Amino acid sequence: MQTIPDTSPASGTDGPGPARAYEDALAQGVFLIQKCNQCAGHIFYPRLVCTHCGADDLRAVEASGDAVVYSTTVVRQGAEEGGDYNVALVELAEGPRLMSRVENVDPERVAIGMKLRLSLKDEGGKPVVVFVPPEVRP
Amino acid sequence: MTDMLRGSAVIAGAATAGIGEAFGYDTLELLAAASAAALKDAGLSIKDVDGLFAVTPYHPLTSLSVAEYLGIHPRFADTTFLGGASTVGFLKSAAMALQSGECDVALICYGSHQRTGAAGKKGRLLSPLLDTLPYEAPYRPRNPISSYALAAARHMHDFGTTREQLAEVAVAARKWAQLNPEAFMRKPLSIEDVLSSRMLSDPLTVRDCCLVTDGAGAIVLVRPDRVKDLPKPPVYVLGSATEISHRQIASMPDLTVTSARESGRRAYAAAGLGPSDVDLVQLYDAFTINTILFLEDLGFCPKGEGGAFVSGGAIAPGGVLPVNTNGGGLSCCHPGMYGVFAIIEAARQLRGEAGERSVKDADVALVHGNGAVLSVQSTAILGTAATV
Ligand SMILES: [Zn+2]
Repeated sequence: MQTIPDTSPASGTDGPGPARAYEDALAQGVFLIQKCNQCAGHIFYPRLVCTHCGADDLRAVEASGDAVVYSTTVVRQGAEEGGDYNVALVELAEGPRLMSRVENVDPERVAIGMKLRLSLKDEGGKPVVVFVPPEVRP
Repeated sequence: MTDMLRGSAVIAGAATAGIGEAFGYDTLELLAAASAAALKDAGLSIKDVDGLFAVTPYHPLTSLSVAEYLGIHPRFADTTFLGGASTVGFLKSAAMALQSGECDVALICYGSHQRTGAAGKKGRLLSPLLDTLPYEAPYRPRNPISSYALAAARHMHDFGTTREQLAEVAVAARKWAQLNPEAFMRKPLSIEDVLSSRMLSDPLTVRDCCLVTDGAGAIVLVRPDRVKDLPKPPVYVLGSATEISHRQIASMPDLTVTSARESGRRAYAAAGLGPSDVDLVQLYDAFTINTILFLEDLGFCPKGEGGAFVSGGAIAPGGVLPVNTNGGGLSCCHPGMYGVFAIIEAARQLRGEAGERSVKDADVALVHGNGAVLSVQSTAILGTAATV
């Protein structure tokens, strides 16, 4: 059980700030988003102010991990450069969108509206947030 | 109620330099060549410039670099970096500076040696001034193309827009370019050519994307009391407006609606005009989806109907609405940030200097700039003396 840090400025100015707190949690296998204590809206990426209402009163919460494809593209490149790959905009069940990649499915078959589950991946020692269709969840 | 700035700034001079390939020239040289030509066009000298509105992809202190290069000491300057929307955005700050007396002669200028300067240097195509985006970088989008591809994919999903309709935009631009001796790409282009060209980021092929060229553009603005001294017909800035919505594509509220809806609404209101008053349109067509989005958001057709609107050559020469009559960023030139070239083409059309591609009896032009990844939109309405 990881502790979820308070990322509001009320917790002081010693840090970590919200971006570092996000990275630290991700390194522990937890994907954090933020929820506003004033308007209850969620945001991503981690910030000091709520983009819904302007309050500087956010707390980090663990994302449910449920999401859908909002839009998708296939970046085309030669096999010698690593081949084609997916780039998607993913909409989290809580509302915010982020850029990500849908894996375990042919990049061309990723479709808008497709249901997804979070899948954290290690890429060269860095944790990366990707998504997979739930039926092929590893 | 029309805006207090309506008609308060007049385009007195406009010029381009080094469009296409300008071997052996660097960015500031091209910018200076366009600036000198625009000032001659206005019957003025570089030494008359006291308001400088400059941006390039390579100079973070652009106004300083340009002022020094030109040998001027401007008393008002604006280097606000709105990507490709910067120069259209400058029309507002220039008009305000002129009206308030902060300057008397405003020079808006842009240049880039992106094509020949970047040749063979991978990664030099994008501005080195651009920051790395930590929440995008792990996914390696081929930006800016992938961000626009994501918008195109969502538009296709929501409204049934087709790749053929996107291709119509590129084909129309090429047909206009074939009438423009200055345009860089003038070979015939068919819808099939666009569809069968190399896919870069689905659904956008290389022919759905703007050119990479060299080039510079400059315009000179003065107050209307100087109109009688100008060698060329005046082109009035009737209204302009800018709106910023995001920096990276994941933060765009709705990928099928741009802030052009809001910048357009305010620019029309300032001019006291609407889409039906517009005789010709110069839109920032970095990608084919742009033209469709902006025609919708600027009121030329309802949301979702842009694909149908551009079909059948409707925005090509002889169509229902003249759009990007120089060939646009898709076929005329695109040296990194295109906005100033849209203004220059509108001015040339309204002055009656557009030769074979002239739009007959044109009095009102809409110019639209776009920056980064549909992130910022700037709209301006320009008019001939008949409109003031
Ligand atoms: Zn809030």
